[in-house]
Amino acid sequence: MTLMFVGAGGRGSGARDQGPRARGQGPVGAAPSIRRRVAVVSTVSVLAALGACVLAPLAGSTPISLARALDPSIPWTENVDAQIFFVARLPRVLAAALVGSALAAAGVVFQALLRNPLATPFTLGISAGAALGAMLALTFGATLAAAAWATVPLASFAGAAAAVLVVYAMAVARRRGFSTDVLLLAGVTLNSLLSALILLVQYFADVTQALQTVRWLLGDLDVAGYAPLLAALPMVAAACALFFTLPRALNLLALGPDHAAARGIDPLRAQRVAFFSASLATGAAVSVGGPIGFIGIVVPHLVRLLVGADHRVVLPASLGFGAAFLIACDLVSRTMLAPVEVPVGIVTALTGGPFFLWLLIRRG
Amino acid sequence: MLLSARDLTFAYPARGWRAGAAPVVRGVSLDVSPGDRLGILGPNGSGKTTLLKLLAGVLTPDAGQVALDGRPLPSLGRAAVARRIAMVPQDTHPAFDYTALELVLMGRYPHLRPFEVEGADDLAIALDAMEATGTAPFADRPFLSLSGGERQRVVIAAALAQQAELLLLDEPTTSLDPGYQLEVVELLRRLHAERGVALVVSTHDLNFAAALCDRVALLQQGALLACGRTQEVLTADAIGRLYGIEADVRFHERAGHLTVVPVARR
Repeated sequence: MTLMFVGAGGRGSGARDQGPRARGQGPVGAAPSIRRRVAVVSTVSVLAALGACVLAPLAGSTPISLARALDPSIPWTENVDAQIFFVARLPRVLAAALVGSALAAAGVVFQALLRNPLATPFTLGISAGAALGAMLALTFGATLAAAAWATVPLASFAGAAAAVLVVYAMAVARRRGFSTDVLLLAGVTLNSLLSALILLVQYFADVTQALQTVRWLLGDLDVAGYAPLLAALPMVAAACALFFTLPRALNLLALGPDHAAARGIDPLRAQRVAFFSASLATGAAVSVGGPIGFIGIVVPHLVRLLVGADHRVVLPASLGFGAAFLIACDLVSRTMLAPVEVPVGIVTALTGGPFFLWLLIRRG
Repeated sequence: MLLSARDLTFAYPARGWRAGAAPVVRGVSLDVSPGDRLGILGPNGSGKTTLLKLLAGVLTPDAGQVALDGRPLPSLGRAAVARRIAMVPQDTHPAFDYTALELVLMGRYPHLRPFEVEGADDLAIALDAMEATGTAPFADRPFLSLSGGERQRVVIAAALAQQAELLLLDEPTTSLDPGYQLEVVELLRRLHAERGVALVVSTHDLNFAAALCDRVALLQQGALLACGRTQEVLTADAIGRLYGIEADVRFHERAGHLTVVPVARR
């Protein structure tokens, strides 16, 4: 019996109910520090994402030198390397980073919420909802007077949120979480329903518009400049800010809502914040790159194999490695059959699809 | 009085177009003193689990109130309640592969500030709770790889790490074989003796309740049939009325508590 438990009976210890206890110096030992683990994993993930952002633009049909691209002594108009780096390639790499991190983190959140490691924005049909929203805005050219630049991301978010409401209704009706069967059936149904609606929108679009959207629907990061990124960035940033309030709640929700409630978390509120933020991230990501699949399952699974299941490390690691992973996939998509650029959605589906099937087989 | 419940009534909300269901708990009042060992007995569907969730503040009653040291639970806030009342739900199925230690550390969450991560002292408390429940040897093993008895002890360790003075356990022995059942009884007795933790245990294992509890409450269709000292309440007559059976109730010298043997259906 250590000193720690004196007063655990509570009798005569009036100071027990005064909020989280004041921080004292704990016993010093060789015990692994959780704080250090969180710090190390977060730092490594950020470095991986940053490294990928800097290195990926160097590769491509024309090899360029990073030193030359960043050399301030060469005037901009003469520095071809800098122009290729900053104008031709960096926007696309940053788009991959934004989309990859948002989709991977949204996958983590959906998996904890629905208590099923196979849940992802793509397989649940939430990406398709976002795509439908974006398609409507793109095809019918509707713009919001107040925020024309953000029309597509907002429409995309609205679509994601509508799809999430359907998933949420099912999750609430099943207090014990989603079984894999229900999850997959719900996803298949929602996906085919939304695909039909997307086809309907395409049917009404003129031919050139339809061709443009086909490529986008395959999942494509060929953004023209920084504008689409800036439009989606505030939504991704807001989603990330909300994600960082969630890890402890997600750990408990993964055990069940009652476990969360018994540990001082309001489960309903946490679930709502989580659903909202994950829809926000999905909507923003889809508005930039289209419904790119399987990021939300491949990255969280690999991350959990590397760092364990605690969401305080899984979430930051998925943000960082999600960015790095999609940058790598995009690099493959633009160099594999160069000079032809394959839409990145095809690369992620070709790698993620078999991975998903393998997980299904392994889980029996 | 540590915890006092007055006239608790609760019905699960209507879902869809169906009308609201009949109350699952109706007009239940009971008190828990520091260091109490109270058993809640009743047939399947009598509202034991719901009552336990009401006592823990996990559910909010439709009528009546639960008070901790005289203050209603909602006025205290969820985290403050969780620092004093811990609940061990009937089954724990994590969706991810948490280690046993990670699961026990979740017991520290009510003690942490927002964004705070467990420090060395939290780790020491968690490891101490694992030591006390005999789960320290498999601290680093995945929870899902443990046996039923080991899992139950890990979940109890998590509740201990919460450093609550009241432990609510929902059917803690249901899925366990007799060896593990006895182990849980011994563990809970020891925690009660050494740490002065008050226990409220829902169960339909009458012998388990008799072995562990000083007092029992009998719950029938959500209402309290009787509540009092185990020897006085756990009679053949009361058990007959509760379960519709004829039972043989006697004091077992070697076990040191009442034993109940169902003999025939009434």
